[in-house]
Parts: sequence; structure tokens; C-alpha cells
Amino acid sequence: MLIKTPSKSALKTSDITDESVYIQRRKLIKSMGFLGAGALLGSAISKTASAGFFDSKDADSGSFKTTPLKFTSDKDNLSLIKTPEQKVISHNNFYEFGAKKNQPAELSQNFKVNPWQLTISGECDNPITLDYDDLTTLFALEERIYRLRCVEAWSMVVPWIGFSLADLLKKVAPNSSAKYVLFETLHDPEQMPGQSDRRLGGGIAYPYVEGLRIDEAMNPLTLMSVGLYGKTLPPQNGAPIRLVVPWKYGFKSIKSIVSIKLVREKPQTTWNKLAANEYGFYANVNPAHDHPRWSQASERRITSGGLFARNRIETLPFNGYGEQVAHMYKNMNLSKYY
Amino acid sequence: MVFTTSHKVLLLKVVIHLAAFLPLLNLYYLAFNDQLGADPVQEVIHFTGIGAFNLLLVTLTVSPIAKRFKQGYLLQVRRLLGLYTFSYAFMHLLNFLVFDLQLAWSLFFNEVVKRPYITIGMIAFVLLTALAITSLDRIKRKMGKSWQSLHNYSYFIAILVSVHFYWSVKSEIISPLFYMVLTVALLAFRYKKIKTLILSIFVKNIRSK
Repeated sequence: MLIKTPSKSALKTSDITDESVYIQRRKLIKSMGFLGAGALLGSAISKTASAGFFDSKDADSGSFKTTPLKFTSDKDNLSLIKTPEQKVISHNNFYEFGAKKNQPAELSQNFKVNPWQLTISGECDNPITLDYDDLTTLFALEERIYRLRCVEAWSMVVPWIGFSLADLLKKVAPNSSAKYVLFETLHDPEQMPGQSDRRLGGGIAYPYVEGLRIDEAMNPLTLMSVGLYGKTLPPQNGAPIRLVVPWKYGFKSIKSIVSIKLVREKPQTTWNKLAANEYGFYANVNPAHDHPRWSQASERRITSGGLFARNRIETLPFNGYGEQVAHMYKNMNLSKYY
Repeated sequence: MVFTTSHKVLLLKVVIHLAAFLPLLNLYYLAFNDQLGADPVQEVIHFTGIGAFNLLLVTLTVSPIAKRFKQGYLLQVRRLLGLYTFSYAFMHLLNFLVFDLQLAWSLFFNEVVKRPYITIGMIAFVLLTALAITSLDRIKRKMGKSWQSLHNYSYFIAILVSVHFYWSVKSEIISPLFYMVLTVALLAFRYKKIKTLILSIFVKNIRSK
């Protein structure tokens, strides 16, 4: 009885899609997880977990509109098996919209990206501020099919669209004091529920900040992404503009950026501040250096297929981009500067 | 027809079976068909882990409720709840080994030994296994008094599991803290018994010296 009710109500709407079925099933499963204890314990957790089950409106609240982009295709990486788009846009670490993987897709659909302002400032000769249209028109856009390796030991292959960060930085002409680059995510607790609700936001400090050394920022692989799978980014993936640093763990690739600052000193970054022994400033993908609580030697590649997908693969040094980036670290002890 | 105590127990057991077994069926049906989010592996691991903890806490809630409301028959469902706790924990471990590590045995043993939170979870699972095996009537009768001493480990298991949960998360500690508080609250109902248990361990140590 309990099992059939939500799917019946879902079928009433005329514009039913696979995705909404999928979201509702997830909610059903979750609420059932607490069924055993929920009734007896009456806990706050079980209430919030089952809220989605009884509340039909949040699943149907309008979804964010992405628009097609013009770009040159990546013909060099066609052999990589891409993670299905539906998985790329529904499995996200973006604590500003909730610390669970499915929450960003569910809680970010009303996020406003236009108007937007991205300021590039600090140690440079021509600081500038880009508005929403500049993000997709100022530079020629290209597709880059990159591996994305999460520090949690899962990975994806994503066809990003964007431009090199180097091109953007050249425009502002960094001066000789610019040794590091500091990135900052939008701070807007009204739009980003994780920033106002500690339970939702996973207990990290906001605004989220990340940093790169200037040579890392200028490396041709370092991408400012404005889209994926041919369209502009959905909010859960970091709309309207995010960083993608494919040889580093995913948490370096900061989302929904409003500020890029050229600075003299190595900046304090969000996860590094929270647990420096677990998350280094460099955070280069390194199978030889384990996270203190789990191995980084291998990873599960998220593709299609259910539980039986044989997707555990060896993790490669620098996530397989050693040829392009290893030279930047040649005199560094990578188990010290992890 | 009179609604007897045995009817109540039977009804309760049917409810427990439905509430514990159907979610598992549904979970694996969706997971095998790739309808459980982008990463069904993570989902089944978390679901069975938290499910096992929920069931353990429910099991530990039975006797305080039975005492408080003088409903002694409730104690008759503890074994079923305990066995479901074990089953969920077993699936949790199996999910990790089969679907996450994909039977990379050396990695599995390495992780169990090297990662404290996994070590703790494994100890809890071994203890749960001992409780599950000794829940058979025949074994229970043979064990006599030592059966109760063994089954007192359920309190210790609850503490281990709450630490395992707390230690496994990246930064979102509110849920594990909440579970810790629940665990402590349930143990607090047994304050006198646990105090006696701890004292008896010390007394034994002193005597053996």
C-alpha cells in the first residue's frame, strides 16, 4: 500500500518524465529507510527524510532552464566512455544546496544565475568584472572531455564546455606579485539553503574558497567551465561558471564563482581549513597517497549500469594527466605536499 | 474470538517482517535496475548501514518500553528485531565487499586493518554474528547463564556502531551526533545494569591478579 501510493500520484501529471519517477523513487526508498525506527523514535531526521514522501510539491517545482551553447568539439578524447548526462546532473557534491548527493539537483532549481557578476582583481594591471553574457561570449568556447576524480574515490567522465583560465588571466595581466589565485563561490544564504542551515550545509565554512598556484592556474588544462553536454551548466553543477582542474580531486573545482583574486600568499582553502590532514592544498590525484580514512589506489567509475557494473579501476597519478602537469611538481615531495 | 497475547505477538511479528523486509526487496530491485540515483552502490551501502543502526536501536528500545508499560509480551519480538539488525549489517558489509570493492579481497583486508572506522564496524559485525548464531533456542539453552553475558554485548555494539557512523562522514556530523545521543539515552535506561557489568569486569581483574 505504502509502496504504490506515490507512483499513482506521479502518474496523474501529464508531463511525467523518467527523471521525476526517478526522484520520487529515491524519496520513497529514503523514507522507507527510516520506517523501521521512524515510528518509534519520532526523530527529527526521520521527519525530514519522510517529508519528501508526503509532500508532492517540491519534486515538481520548475526545473532550471539550460540553453544550448556554440563550441568546438573535443575530438581527441572520444575514446573515453562518458558518464550519462542524467548521472552527471544528479550526483553532485555542492554543499551549498545540501550535503547529500541528490540534494543539489533537488534544491537548486530556482537558482538565479542572470544577472551575475564575476570579478577578477588583485595583483594585476587590468582588473575586470564580467557579467552573465560575458561568460559565454568573451572567449571562444571549446568542449573538453575530462575525467573527474572525487576525493571520495568515485569518478566520472564529463564533456565540459568552457575556456582556459589562462586566457581569462591574460586579459587582466597579472603582475609579478601574483603567486596564487583565490576563487570564491557566491554567498547567498537565501538562495543557497546549505549556507543558512548547518544540517543541510554539512558543517563547512561559507563562502566556499579554493586556490591554485599561478602556474597551475595558467596550465592549458585548467578550464573555466560554463556548460556540459552541449548546454549551459545546471545549478547543481556550478552554474553559471565554475573551475575544472582535472588532475586534482573534485573539491578543488569550485562552483558558481563570483570572485577570482590574484594574491601573493598561499590562500586558506575550505576543506584544507576543516581537516588539513585529510585534504591538502594541492590535492593532486595520487594513488600512492591515501586519504587517512580510505584508500586512493582505485576508484569506481560511474557510468551506466546498476549494482553489478564492474567499474572499479586503478587510479592514475595526476588522474592520468601527468604528461601535461607532472613537470610543475618535479622537485616536490608529493606525500608531504598532498 | 478472543484477541490473546499470542495474537498480539504474531501481529507484531508480521508488521516487523513487512517493515524490514519489503524495503530491502524494493532497494535491490531499484539498484539492480540502475534506478537508485547515479551511484546505486553508495545508496545501498548507506541504506543498509543506517537501516541496521535503526533496527539495533529499536531492538534496544523494546525492553524499556515493555517495563515502563508492563507489556511483557513485547520481549518476544526482540529476537526477530535482532536478527533483522544482523541481516541489515550483513548486507551492509556484503555491499561494501561485493559492489564497492568488487571482491578485491586484499584491498578489503587492508581497509579493515588500516582504517579505524572500518575496523570498529567489523568488530561490531563479528559480535552481532555471535549474537545471531546463539539466538537459536537449542544453543541458548545449552549456554545457560553465559548466554545473557554474551548478549549484554549489544550495548557495546551500539556504542561501536555510533562511533563507526560518526567517523565515516566527511563533515556532516549532525546525523551521527544525533544517533550517538539516542544510543546514550537508550543505554541510560540500563544505567544500573551497565554499572554492575562494568564493576564486575574490574572485580574479575582484581581477583585474577
